[in-house]
Amino acid sequence: MFKILKRDVLAENVIRIKIDAPYIAKKAMAGQFVIVIPNENSERIPLTVADYDRSLGTLTLIFQVVGRTTEELAALDEGDSVYSVAGPLGRASEFEGMKKVAVVGGGLGCAIAYPQAKALHEAGVCVDMIAGFRNSSLVILEKEMRAVSKNLIMMTDDGSYGEKGLVTDALRKMIDGGAGYDAVIAIGPPVMMKFVSLLTKQYGIKTIVSMNPIMIDGTGMCGGCRLTVDGKTKFACVDGPDFDGHSVDFDELIRRNNMYKEQEKQSMSLREHFCRLYKLSDGN
Amino acid sequence: MPNMQKEKTAMPEQLPDVRNKNFSEVALGYSEEQALNEAQRCLHCKNAPCVTGCPVSVRIPEFLALAAKGDFVGAYHVIKSTNSLPAVCGRVCPQETQCEGKCVRGIKGEPVGIGRLERFCADRAMKLMKEKSPDESEGATNSAEDSCIEKKAFTSEGDDGIKVAVIGSGPAGLSCAGDLSSRGYKVTVFEALHKAGGVLVYGIPEFRLPKDIVASEIKELEKKGVDIQCNMVIGKVLSIDELFDAGFKAVFVSTGAGLPRFMGIEGENSNGVYSANEFLTRVNLMKAYRSDYGTPVRAGKAVAVVGGGNVAMDAARCAKRLGAEKVYVIYRRSEAEMPARREEIHHAKEEGIDFRFLTNPVRINADEKGNCRFITCVRMELGEPDESGRRRPVAVDGSEYDIDVDTVIIAVGTVPNPLIRMTTPGLDTDRHGCIITSDGVTTTKQGVYAGGDAVTGAATVILAMGAGRQAAQKIDEYIKGLSKKTE
Ligand SMILES: Cc1cc2nc3c(=O)[nH]c(=O)nc-3n(C[C@H](O)[C@H](O)[C@H](O)COP(=O)(O)OP(=O)(O)OC[C@H]3O[C@@H](n4cnc5c(N)ncnc54)[C@H](O)[C@@H]3O)c2cc1C
Ligand code: SF4
Ligand code: FES
Repeated sequence: MFKILKRDVLAENVIRIKIDAPYIAKKAMAGQFVIVIPNENSERIPLTVADYDRSLGTLTLIFQVVGRTTEELAALDEGDSVYSVAGPLGRASEFEGMKKVAVVGGGLGCAIAYPQAKALHEAGVCVDMIAGFRNSSLVILEKEMRAVSKNLIMMTDDGSYGEKGLVTDALRKMIDGGAGYDAVIAIGPPVMMKFVSLLTKQYGIKTIVSMNPIMIDGTGMCGGCRLTVDGKTKFACVDGPDFDGHSVDFDELIRRNNMYKEQEKQSMSLREHFCRLYKLSDGN
Repeated sequence: MPNMQKEKTAMPEQLPDVRNKNFSEVALGYSEEQALNEAQRCLHCKNAPCVTGCPVSVRIPEFLALAAKGDFVGAYHVIKSTNSLPAVCGRVCPQETQCEGKCVRGIKGEPVGIGRLERFCADRAMKLMKEKSPDESEGATNSAEDSCIEKKAFTSEGDDGIKVAVIGSGPAGLSCAGDLSSRGYKVTVFEALHKAGGVLVYGIPEFRLPKDIVASEIKELEKKGVDIQCNMVIGKVLSIDELFDAGFKAVFVSTGAGLPRFMGIEGENSNGVYSANEFLTRVNLMKAYRSDYGTPVRAGKAVAVVGGGNVAMDAARCAKRLGAEKVYVIYRRSEAEMPARREEIHHAKEEGIDFRFLTNPVRINADEKGNCRFITCVRMELGEPDESGRRRPVAVDGSEYDIDVDTVIIAVGTVPNPLIRMTTPGLDTDRHGCIITSDGVTTTKQGVYAGGDAVTGAATVILAMGAGRQAAQKIDEYIKGLSKKTE
């Protein structure tokens, strides 16, 4: 169980693993996540279901090496087993009534945005994807994203690949060009999702963001993943992870995500910058 | 002649100033001499009032008589015949409101230390059993590695008995599984977390209930043939209806009351504000206090714990052990109303916890980075009794004051998780989310039984355990009825 069947490196520090998890693979849907514990003594971390194969019973996860736990996971090879994987957790994404959608991914957020784009594409929805990275060495999943989108716009902060600029620049251009999106899905660092949401609010386009707060159990038991949506406290693991981007209190989310920064620094062995899972301060 | 010593034989304990810096068990347990001395305090009353105080009717005078003669193993078997988890209950039962609260010796002095003796007999018996079969000394084996082989097995149609599923591995689930297995059923326990034991492993700290005691209870069950599947969040990975499809004839829901309640006050989402569940899970389940484990926990310099139950005591004492200089317990009623075990309140005071009774938080104040800086409280006074019979606390106007803290732990109660309810058509719950039963364990859905905190709301280990055993009985009757029908 939870044996790593395949492992490849997608970009610098970005790793994809395919694991044997038949029960989870049977139920997983786009937008859901699993809680992974690499070794017995490791932390529990949430990872989004990047792909699944129901007939083979496999689950694909993509993660960036950003801290002690992801390092431990990265240290496992093909043939090794992950100590524990529980899920699928959270609500599946809801795409009802969508006809034309822009899916915006930032950094490793693309690994989460991609399965959503794929699910939309397979449901016959017209998808444009905008993918932003810091620089060319961090680009992941380009081929996969291209396969499921009508237009794929690649952006880098430094212009080393695709267009130079932020994803919001590209999104604004597309909207102004008359793309006519009835929804935008934004997945990436909280700051990116915040600015995408601010932009789409001006245009009155429904926007869904995928939250990635600190989690422990992923089942509603700890409240560590709480965030404020429309002035109300929600648990990202059970009420989300998808939320209306125009209602999320991003500033609070960003503050809460920084909570363990100091300790993470101490508990980390190789790389010095903090970040849990897809808290990609460096994605955008 | 009974021993007429007025006080309970004192329990050897780690000194307060030593133990509030470590996670080892506080109460060290009686020596054989002390146990004999204490057991001899029992008067063997004919009407045995203590037994009426015990939710599972442990035959107390009988086990005390054996213990007084030095037959601790015999005593253990008497206890075990109605209580599946004696080593646990001896440590965590609120004896002062149960057996010991009814003890005749308590009228003119202290009651017999029934809990302490229950613990002694259980520890002694388990130690002897371990010595007999040394392989037991390892912990429970429900690791991912081990369960993987079995995982394939539970859905295949086994010819090795009728299959029953238990959801949740807390005291209710474990006792139900144990009883069903003794009755010949093939039991699979599904647990959402990566370790079995429920609150016994994620909530109650090591210094009050060593985890190897829970592990050996679980190991015991596995040896009996109970299959424990961790990482299985029922309602997500499989629904109850799918369990029936997979060939389980009955399901016992013992998912506890694990959803934390918050107070709804300003600043509650500030950094440094935890639910007690999060704080205790990080500390106990994820072993954040040990440097060889990866999970971080932030117990600051000054910590306020809000609440007055066992959960609040445990959180406060963990915070102290993690190095907090100042730990406050903020409780809106007075000490007499505190639901925590008396012994733990006493221990907490000895360890230097600062109790602020008749005080209620109204606001948590953070700095510009969102980090908690101080908590604003208001003083309370007790008014008319409310529906619980306790006098209702009311705020005193203009009595607001601040306490400087960088961490706040909210321990104001928990409610059942809605996951099972939402994914199980036909399973009715009340407005608090508790599963409705007709007789304590029989739910509104055929073949589905429930017990423990999932039915009662947050309660006690012994009540959960009792419900597990009652459900095993009902499930047995139900399945026997089924096979009669098909004959
Ligand atoms: C910190 C703390 C201290 C306490 N101290 C005491 C004390 O001193 N004395 C005392 O008598 N009582 C005490 N209690 C209360 C006591 O622990 C509980 O009443 C008791 O554990 C309830 O048992 P249970 O079996 O109903 O549920 P739990 O012990 O809560 O177990 C439920 C289990 O079900 C699992 N689960 C939940 N949902 C699912 C799902 N969908 N699929 C699979 N598994 C699921 C959970 O992960 C958990 O392991 C304390 C509680 C806490 C939190
Ligand atoms: S189980 Fe609890 S109430 Fe019953 S005798 Fe033991 S300590 Fe007392
Ligand atoms: S992760 Fe614990 S409640 Fe969401």
